[in-house]
Amino acid sequence: MMSEEIIKDVIVGEQEDYLINLGPQHPSTHGVLRLEVCLKGETVKYLNPHIGYIHRGIEKMCEALTYQQIIHLTDRMDYLSAHINNEAVSMIVEDALQVEVPERVKYIRTILDELNRIASHQLWWCAFGMDLGALTTFFYGLRDREHILDIFEESFGSRLLHSFVCPGGLMHDVHPNFQKRTKEFIKYFRTKLPEYDQLLTGNIIFQNRSKGIGYMSRETAIGYGVTGPSGRGSGFSCDVRKIAPYGAYDKVRFNEILETEGDVFARYKVRMAEMHESLSIIEQLIDNIPEGDFTAKMKPIIKLPAGEYFRRVETARGELAVYVVSDGNKTPYRMKFRTPNFSNLFVMNEIASGYKIADLIAISGSLDLVIPDIDR
Amino acid sequence: MLTQEELTDIVRSFVPESVFPEGTQLLEVVVPAEKYFLLIEKLKSDQKLSFNYLISQTAVDFTSNMTVVCHLESTEFRYLMVVKVILTDRENPAIDSLTALYPTAEYFEREIFDLFGIRFNNHPNLKRLFLEDDYGYPLRKDFRDEVNMIER
Repeated sequence: MMSEEIIKDVIVGEQEDYLINLGPQHPSTHGVLRLEVCLKGETVKYLNPHIGYIHRGIEKMCEALTYQQIIHLTDRMDYLSAHINNEAVSMIVEDALQVEVPERVKYIRTILDELNRIASHQLWWCAFGMDLGALTTFFYGLRDREHILDIFEESFGSRLLHSFVCPGGLMHDVHPNFQKRTKEFIKYFRTKLPEYDQLLTGNIIFQNRSKGIGYMSRETAIGYGVTGPSGRGSGFSCDVRKIAPYGAYDKVRFNEILETEGDVFARYKVRMAEMHESLSIIEQLIDNIPEGDFTAKMKPIIKLPAGEYFRRVETARGELAVYVVSDGNKTPYRMKFRTPNFSNLFVMNEIASGYKIADLIAISGSLDLVIPDIDR
Repeated sequence: MLTQEELTDIVRSFVPESVFPEGTQLLEVVVPAEKYFLLIEKLKSDQKLSFNYLISQTAVDFTSNMTVVCHLESTEFRYLMVVKVILTDRENPAIDSLTALYPTAEYFEREIFDLFGIRFNNHPNLKRLFLEDDYGYPLRKDFRDEVNMIER
């Protein structure tokens, strides 16, 4: 029997490092991201993300647009958390003008946030299964996501980029069927979620490919600013809904899901458990939506008082922070979006080095990256 | 939990020159550029504060100066603090890099370098992040692009 050293010497190309480009159009990068990967054999030595393929200069564009117009740009950053991005900018305007939004708006916003979070996690689940070679997940996930998108379509006329939350409240009231259909969806999805576990979670191939892969310690997560389910999979308690509650989050009971293993499977478990939590949040709110106006009284031209404003929200992927410098005009002087995916991407070199190239796909899938959110 | 006054006292004991602007949403401290790294290192290592999470790092061009703005959080005590540095030299702005303290700063700083042209001393890999090397610095207020920008 040959010893391990001899086998290593026999394999051609094992001695030399080589660079390959993963992307910018590789399906598993979920967008236009290029990873320059240095390989030794099949093992990743280091990787270097190259971004900017979809850089639109949103921060520069904001400097020429009014706050109502900026809402429509924020949709296009993390398009799977469109409501939550809208809410961040809306809340910063409400903070600055000291507008108290009606209770009804807070409830509806929170329900929409959670519906959006479920839809986002569903799409992540489809794509993650597909990254690891399980094509069936894609059909299951999209089948259920369709129900949420139908609710959105009925109320706002659009399925992906809603621009429905605006400074002061909502663009218009939700459809009369909203409550009924949301309750139907909760009932429906409660019966479908166990299918997800049966199909993928318990699958031994899936578990072997995700357990013990892409280990991220809590210190690494904090140091790189990895937030959202990816950070919580490493035990970093970073849920803005708990730290600084906004909307109706202070009126509901829910758990912050924390896992301590820090591997791909831990991040998977956090997202699966978050879908259950989101359903329970919606369930607590949907029957208690107060009657009232769908918007507070706002002036047609919004001018923020001169000063600096900062607001954080929890999107489906982590912490979105908005920082606005206003000089008293109707357009912001400077607008900065600290997007979750920007920080989540750059931890990849740290957590993927030393694993195989096939594991790199699992790791990038477990971080749930949305590339337009990185580039802005 | 420390109050805002106690926090300002601690910061003042680290850097006596620090200035605390009034009427801000969060606790803000303005420090000279040469004391910036020292202050943040102490904010991070101090047991009573432990500001170990850099939420965001960015810059603002105020035409008369460039300001670097860092939002720090302590994940243990949930304090929030804004550290600002005013760079009066707009031609060659430079400041210390925080990469040694927070790995995430490496990319925030590359973004600032890309969009504002602020250089970071001791940065391991100061290259542009989004744009080409000869593009100019778009988030500076005097940036002009005849093709893609519409003046109002």
